[in-house]
Amino acid sequence: MELLKINNLYKTFKKHRVCAVDGASFSIFKGEVLGLVGESGCGKSTLAKLILRLIDADKGSIFYKGKDLLNISRNDMRKTRKDLQIIFQDPYASLDPRMKIGKVIEEVYDIHKNVSERDRKSKTIELLETVGLGETYLNRLPSELSGGERQRVGIARALATDPEFIICDEPVSSLDISVQAQILNLLIELQKRKNLTYLFISHDLGVIGSICDRIMVMQSGRFIESGSYEDIFKNPQCQYTRTLLESAFLP
Amino acid sequence: MNKLTWFGLGIVGFFIIVAIFAPMIAPYNPGQIDIENILTPPSSSHIFGTDSLGRDLFSRMVYGARISLMVGFIAVGIAAIIGIALGAIAGYYGKWVDAIIMRFIDIMLCFPTFFLILAVIALLEPSIINIMVIIGATSWMGIARLMRAEILSLKERDFIYAERAIGASDLRIIARHLIPNAMAPVLVSITLGIAGAILVESGLSFLGIGVQPPTPSWGNILSEGKAVMGAGWWMMLFPGLAIFITVLGYNLLGEGIRENY
Repeated sequence: MELLKINNLYKTFKKHRVCAVDGASFSIFKGEVLGLVGESGCGKSTLAKLILRLIDADKGSIFYKGKDLLNISRNDMRKTRKDLQIIFQDPYASLDPRMKIGKVIEEVYDIHKNVSERDRKSKTIELLETVGLGETYLNRLPSELSGGERQRVGIARALATDPEFIICDEPVSSLDISVQAQILNLLIELQKRKNLTYLFISHDLGVIGSICDRIMVMQSGRFIESGSYEDIFKNPQCQYTRTLLESAFLP
Repeated sequence: MNKLTWFGLGIVGFFIIVAIFAPMIAPYNPGQIDIENILTPPSSSHIFGTDSLGRDLFSRMVYGARISLMVGFIAVGIAAIIGIALGAIAGYYGKWVDAIIMRFIDIMLCFPTFFLILAVIALLEPSIINIMVIIGATSWMGIARLMRAEILSLKERDFIYAERAIGASDLRIIARHLIPNAMAPVLVSITLGIAGAILVESGLSFLGIGVQPPTPSWGNILSEGKAVMGAGWWMMLFPGLAIFITVLGYNLLGEGIRENY
């Protein structure tokens, strides 16, 4: 089933005169992990923000289950946000430095009213346990947590709305190697258990290759190649993809 | 915190305590006229002397601290509310909203504030409430600019994008996430603003269009002292010192907060 269909998405940053996303079109199917790979600054994160309407696209359309996200009311959009979530690259920047961990999660329940007032605390603890943290984290501030723990909080926040689709925007690239594997395993396990759909963004082909069903390669705002793991890794068509492969440490 | 900050905090705290406990500290009724003791120099019964109506200067100063601090706090409170709200709106929404608010700030900054206040007071009557409102309404621009600058950089941070992704409303994002994270430099500005407001109030009262006698304020005690400068030096020395020390205290405290963030 086609979950998201993106047509001809454009975004230019006028101030910098950069065309960050230059006519992106693709579909994401329910339950798959779609990899998006490309060098730093090629427009991957911009694309992620465009899809969730965190920034506004110049042109194009984004259909989520047949609804055009660029042409629905503000109210509808806020309701739809429940289904579409994002995990950010830098766990140091993605949490409000003044907000306790428990509050980060409870705020989601407060906005969407998807959990009754009475159950909020127990649900929060349950969710923190799902991502490998626990009750002891409720009253701690982000500054008291390690990078890996913060990223777990980021994952818990994304899960709190009970979404169908999560964009993982380089979720492990700012973490230590040992922590990377833990977080990746957690993401894979959650995907399987909850039948989630991921758009997994990374510049690390090793990471992409190990978890993605399908892979798209992006260069300066355009998709230049897409295909299965086999297509991209064993038989790359574009010179750019070959360069990316050569520069990666692959097992 | 360094020693000067503690010193500033000590001064500020001292005057706040004096203002709160004025009735217990003042040995005389500040309005009590004593014709037999006009303009007596500082002595053991009147430690700051008496004024030209024989009222105890120390008691008047203590009650004057109430007026000065109240004007300082409330005027800056008004300025902070206007400045934080407008600055946050300008910074968050950007585009034409920002352009209009920023031009309005530029226009407000063009006026020489003190003379604008003078003109407005001339039209309205000089009461404590009017003074507080007018000082507040003409001193919020710095706070608004600081707030806007902070919000401009904060709103591009990932945690704000995360708030939008979980469906938080603009109001929630601004009030619960942006403003609390932008308060540090604004707090400095507020502290320095209190010093400024106390000075403006003293200036207005000195000119006779601020707090009206018989209500004592440091500024109007100074003003009364000016008339008898040759005969009663204490009438100008003590209120002048009080204003000087208070303003110094708030400035030291403000600088201290700035250095600690």
